[in-house]
Amino acid sequence: MTVVLGQTFTGISIGAVLLLIALGLSLTFGQMNVINMAHGEFIMAGAYTTYVLQKSIASAGISLLVALPVAFLVSGALGALLEWLLIRRLYLRPLDTLLVTWGVSLMLQQLARDIFGAPNVQTRAPDVLTGNITLIGGDDPLTVANSRLFILGLAVAAVVALSLTLRLTPLGRRIRAVVQNRDLAEVSGISTSTVDRTAFFIGSGLAGVAGVALTLVGPIGPTMGTNVIIDAFLVIVVGGIGQLKGTVIVAFVLGVLQSVLEYSTTVSVAKVLVLVGIVAFLQWRPQGLYTLRTRSLV
Amino acid sequence: MSGLEIRRLRVSFDGFTAVDGVDLDVRPGDLRFLIGPNGAGKTTLVDAVTGLVRAEGSVRFGGEELLGRSVHRIARSGIGRTFQTATVFEELTVLQNLDIAAGAGRSLWTMLRRRKDVPEPVARALETVGLTELADSPAGTLAHGQKQWLEIGMLLVQDVRLLLLDEPVAGMSHDERQATGELLQRISAERTVVVIEHDMDFMRSFARSVSVLHAGKVLSEGTVAEVQADPKVQEVYLGHAAAETTADVAVQEA
Amino acid sequence: MNLLKGPSARAAAGFAGSAVVLFALAPLVLSDFRLGLLAKYLCIAMVAVGVCLAWGRGGLLTLGQGVFFGLGGYAMAMHLKIADAGPGNLPDFMQLYGTATELPWWWQPFANPLFALAATVLLPMAVAAVLGSFIFRRRVKGAYFAILSQALAAAFAIWLIGQQATTGGTNGLTDIQGFFGYALDDPVNQRMVYFVIAAALLLLIALARQLIHSRYGELLVAVRDSEERVRFLGYDPANVKLVAYVVAAGMAGLAGALFVPAVGIISPALIGIVPSIEFVIGAAVGGRASLVGAVLGAVAVAWAKTALSEEFPAAWTYFQGLLFIVALAFLPGGLASLAGIVRRRRATAEEKKAAVIPVGEAA
Repeated sequence: MTVVLGQTFTGISIGAVLLLIALGLSLTFGQMNVINMAHGEFIMAGAYTTYVLQKSIASAGISLLVALPVAFLVSGALGALLEWLLIRRLYLRPLDTLLVTWGVSLMLQQLARDIFGAPNVQTRAPDVLTGNITLIGGDDPLTVANSRLFILGLAVAAVVALSLTLRLTPLGRRIRAVVQNRDLAEVSGISTSTVDRTAFFIGSGLAGVAGVALTLVGPIGPTMGTNVIIDAFLVIVVGGIGQLKGTVIVAFVLGVLQSVLEYSTTVSVAKVLVLVGIVAFLQWRPQGLYTLRTRSLV
Repeated sequence: MSGLEIRRLRVSFDGFTAVDGVDLDVRPGDLRFLIGPNGAGKTTLVDAVTGLVRAEGSVRFGGEELLGRSVHRIARSGIGRTFQTATVFEELTVLQNLDIAAGAGRSLWTMLRRRKDVPEPVARALETVGLTELADSPAGTLAHGQKQWLEIGMLLVQDVRLLLLDEPVAGMSHDERQATGELLQRISAERTVVVIEHDMDFMRSFARSVSVLHAGKVLSEGTVAEVQADPKVQEVYLGHAAAETTADVAVQEA
Repeated sequence: MNLLKGPSARAAAGFAGSAVVLFALAPLVLSDFRLGLLAKYLCIAMVAVGVCLAWGRGGLLTLGQGVFFGLGGYAMAMHLKIADAGPGNLPDFMQLYGTATELPWWWQPFANPLFALAATVLLPMAVAAVLGSFIFRRRVKGAYFAILSQALAAAFAIWLIGQQATTGGTNGLTDIQGFFGYALDDPVNQRMVYFVIAAALLLLIALARQLIHSRYGELLVAVRDSEERVRFLGYDPANVKLVAYVVAAGMAGLAGALFVPAVGIISPALIGIVPSIEFVIGAAVGGRASLVGAVLGAVAVAWAKTALSEEFPAAWTYFQGLLFIVALAFLPGGLASLAGIVRRRRATAEEKKAAVIPVGEAA
């Protein structure tokens, strides 16, 4: 019984990481239909920001808290810059955007290698986050790492913040207006290019926040973005375009699935099985779990 | 020739019912106009017949049930359509466009070889829609009206028995409308034609019969004169202006 | 002069020219080492031929060609490893890592050379057919398709790495000695492998050219540009795309199979996400919709990679990134479109009216 619970909780914490890395994409890919392969490198930028801040701030706890907003700004600025330099020229060519941003991602990785060196680096987690919490005591205890709980909390907070922003603020309304009908939004006096850039800033900034979280569970390196980006895109593809709840549900389902399959097979077989599961799922729902239905099909 | 038989057709999108229990019969060889205000469900009706949207009820053409079949199978059973915005393959030439339209039944062997000459039905269609001169031009370079004709030509080589045309004369000049109308009359000698149209003059000049759709239902049906005399139609759709011209049209009809 | 007019005559002249360069000039001018490198580039060009068909003509951005390249490569390497080991013996790496005393069941058919040869092409095609029919029939397209195909490449590489005892894991299948009885360390035999590869590339180009100029090729472009419209003409676009995808997979499989004797290794590092996307960039730089452009682009990019990455690995990565950006953001037709622009200019000058570039312009 504890094994099942343990695997489920491992799955939920994998899911929380997936959710954090996919959340920014749900805005840039899900809402704006831009495939940004450099999103992984924005995550990397967030992780290196944490690393740099820890060098100048002695307390690991404070540096981590400072890193969250700073990484958001750093990655967000990178995203806005990318949007301004390249992506805005490519809104009608999604597949070309994919390859162009892949090129950007290659260059950013190399930049990281040139600045920080090719080997991975580590940050020190604050003492509060290094311990474990025992959820079930006794002979067969179930313990959970504090850092995992922190990531879960961070993921939930990020989802709530994003969904409130989209729902309640004037900016959110503008973003939704542009997503639903770009031309109409334009003639209603909304500057679509400003909205695009702001949305891209927020989506990329969320990648930075995810990068901060990843420093708690693994090393920081130039290729850390490449390792997670495909999984993040799969979450959006399966969750469905333009719907936050799809992203949330699918991130946790895939996390638990991955964890359970890893337990019963091996990591590599689990990866393959998850992918087979995704292809099978798309047979049933080709547009993902949730879709915005429209009449304009042609 | 076969006729179209629609019974209790219903289409809804997320709670909004676009087509709400339509019964419609189009006789073989008819040239039927579907008119109605925006949002009346005209295009959705055509979408349902051609398999683009899921619908309830029954759509039979030549006795065969169409609902539930995939789009390309419906097309293969002799039903073709055009779209409000002309959709042709812009990068292919006019000839290539028509050749593709003619070829759904071709064998693999034919498909894997080059087109050596212009197939006879394609040449005839080029002649019919008046694009012979432009056969080797990319379809993307055609004028708007020419694209609409190319689409009609594609339906002809496709050898469909039922043509569903969505606003075929939108954006055409007066002469082009005239030519298109005459073309449709010639075509409907051998095939069944259904036209969605907003242009009332065009409708009066060329319709053999008219169905008026309103809020997803058939409001009125008959000849142009009958429909225009119908007070319900005058009320919801044609308004006073039409009522005044009714007498006018009646004279023309006579 | 008249002989050189018309697309078919021009293509024939192009083929003759390429044959002279590949079969006479290159072996004469290049050292054995350089010729070996060229053989490797030509294998990558073979993949690009398929990419040109599937992506350039069919709009299917397949970022998983590494899977098919790998299937072909592993099928060939498995046979060669069994042959190297000799009857009754296990391939060297299995003796090293494994506890197995006999060949795993799924290795056994590859002992047969005919089966292995057929599998290098048919296995990738079969996998593509199954996968493609699932994906295309449910109208998964565009970005979704690209991401799925990329995930497939990642999963395949990860799976291979995980099965160390039977696939050689990260190292892959290495140290291949013989090729159907010919020792691969003999330069004469290496040269023969090069000729086989050059001939295979020309064959694939001819095959792709026929497909592109056939009625099917026109239909493929139509599907790329307006899938829904094609459906209303009574075709099932899923089948149209499937053919291009399966053919491209077969081409990648053959390329992988011939890559093995040319280079002596097949490993997960050659087929994962990164190499899969590199298969596409050559075609993109040269011109995705033009056969000549895609092939030359693939060879040029592969050559640039060797030339630059050995001495300046960092510079190469920046350069490669820039290539992606410049080629796709600012020159989506690739270098081939420059040739098209020049030709059009000349035609305009000659005839004083805009020349029409038909869709069958490539190759």
